[in-house]
Amino acid sequence: MVQQEHIIEVKDLVKKFGSFTANDRLSFHVEKGEIFGFLGANGAGKTTAMRILCGLSYPSSGEIMVAGHDVYREREKIKKKIGYMSQKFSLYEDLTVSENIRLYAGIYGLRKKQIATREEQLLERLGMLQIRDRFISEIPLGWKQKLAFSVAIFHQPAIVFLDEPTGGVDPITRRQFWEMIHDATEEGITVFVTTHYMDEAEYCDRVSIMVEGRIEALDTPAALKQQFESENMNEVFLKLARK
Amino acid sequence: MSRFFGFVKKEFQHIFRDVRTLVILFVLPVVMIVLFGFVVTTEIRDVEVGILDRSMDEASIRATQKIFSSGYFIPAGYLQHEEEIGEFFRSGTAKVVVVFEEDFEKQMQRENRAAIKLIADASDANSAQLSLTYLQGVLMSYFQSVNQDMQLPWSVHVESRMFYNEELKGVYMFVPGLMAMILMLISAMMTSVTITREKELGTMELLLASPLKPREIILGKVTPYVVLSLVNALTIVLLGYLVFDVPVVGSIWLLMLECLLFITLALSLGVLISTNAKTQQVAMFMSMLGLMLPTILLSGFIFPIDNMPKVLQWISAIMPPRWFIVIVKNIMLKGAGFAFIWKETLILLGMTFLLIMASVKRFKIRLN
Repeated sequence: MVQQEHIIEVKDLVKKFGSFTANDRLSFHVEKGEIFGFLGANGAGKTTAMRILCGLSYPSSGEIMVAGHDVYREREKIKKKIGYMSQKFSLYEDLTVSENIRLYAGIYGLRKKQIATREEQLLERLGMLQIRDRFISEIPLGWKQKLAFSVAIFHQPAIVFLDEPTGGVDPITRRQFWEMIHDATEEGITVFVTTHYMDEAEYCDRVSIMVEGRIEALDTPAALKQQFESENMNEVFLKLARK
Repeated sequence: MSRFFGFVKKEFQHIFRDVRTLVILFVLPVVMIVLFGFVVTTEIRDVEVGILDRSMDEASIRATQKIFSSGYFIPAGYLQHEEEIGEFFRSGTAKVVVVFEEDFEKQMQRENRAAIKLIADASDANSAQLSLTYLQGVLMSYFQSVNQDMQLPWSVHVESRMFYNEELKGVYMFVPGLMAMILMLISAMMTSVTITREKELGTMELLLASPLKPREIILGKVTPYVVLSLVNALTIVLLGYLVFDVPVVGSIWLLMLECLLFITLALSLGVLISTNAKTQQVAMFMSMLGLMLPTILLSGFIFPIDNMPKVLQWISAIMPPRWFIVIVKNIMLKGAGFAFIWKETLILLGMTFLLIMASVKRFKIRLN
């Protein structure tokens, strides 16, 4: 067996807002190249933990390493190695498809030539060559979502963080979107994804389920279903939440 | 560095693709300055004056002629009785009535004092006050010339001049004030709105998760507004000069430098507002209420600070536009150099420093 590399290592992560504990001693790791599902109901503390991993906020305590860097001292280094996609598919509506791609690529420090070739490839793969000069406000939601994801991994990060990436999208588009996520892992990108759609958990290599700030379960979907004697992930979640 | 420029370019694209933003940036200043320049005026012109002459001698007739040849007044006819005054005012025929008492000339020669009554329609207090002042001026200079001819033993000859604004033009007042107001509006309001917009759209999260440093994000967002505000400052000065003959006596470079300082101050205010506002509407509202009203009311732009109650005077002292207006007036109208405005400049610098510190602190709190 080849020893697996831990691309994210979290030990006793605590995040408090005043007297409220949003994350209560979280400990887990994410292996390189896997799709790690971070599940939980709304308000369970998923987004809080994810924001800490992305360097968007500081933890109250705990040891956290992301892509080999410490989140307290090496945030700048972490930010260069990660991609981030929020639930709002944050592209600029008044910029064109092409301008959005170039803007983010530029922010991540890619060179002009590199950007040009990769942009061609990407647009061709997405079938968006004809609409490259259209404004984002003019294209459908499903396309926006695909584009937002492609932009988030355009600079080939080690990890991409997806915060509820499928919100408000129809089932078929969701399905296609998960195919894109799979393709990304084949390029060696680790995927860290939060969601509250339990059926999506089936697409993940491993999932953790958060309830009220704590991780209550963490394993492969198959193992979890066996452990909780359930048909699907939804049942697993309901059993955990009722506990 | 190219990272940063790409980001600034994007901000320019936002501005040039939004019609509303363009209107606020480029049309509003021009409209405001033209409106204020032509409409709001403190000068008087063609005020209707009625004459009630009870002596009809040479002196009173000459005084009457003097009044109407001054250029400020036009005749509204002669009155016969004092009772007619009310009628003249009510019908709007006259705004002021000049009453010469009986034996006007005789009294002047005999006692060296003659009585003239000036009665004004003060339902519009400001213009009544102004008209009377102008009338008194006209009559005074006339009687002084008469006195000189008569070689009286003592007579005081008063000659007054209005320095820096010989003709007491209203625009001279409004150009510096409008400059403060427009720069404040564009710099503070537009930046607070544009930064809050990124928060609302969720793009701010993305930027913060990117290798761009927070200070690069803020600088990138405000840089276009610095450039455009400076363009605006120049436009205002140019419009004032070409359309209203408002001169720039002092150095235009010094003026632009001071504008840059004021713009920086307003931008940091805008950033501070954006760290406190959750939505664009809130940001807009805070800028309007918190910045525009004080700029108009408490900066000395329209109402003189010396006439305010003490408490309001203290409050006006912490209004940045107040100091900026003093600086602009000194440079534009008096041609003052830096030696005469260093105190005000220092105050603005101090305020800018405090505001930047405060917004950096707020920004950090928000991150945690």
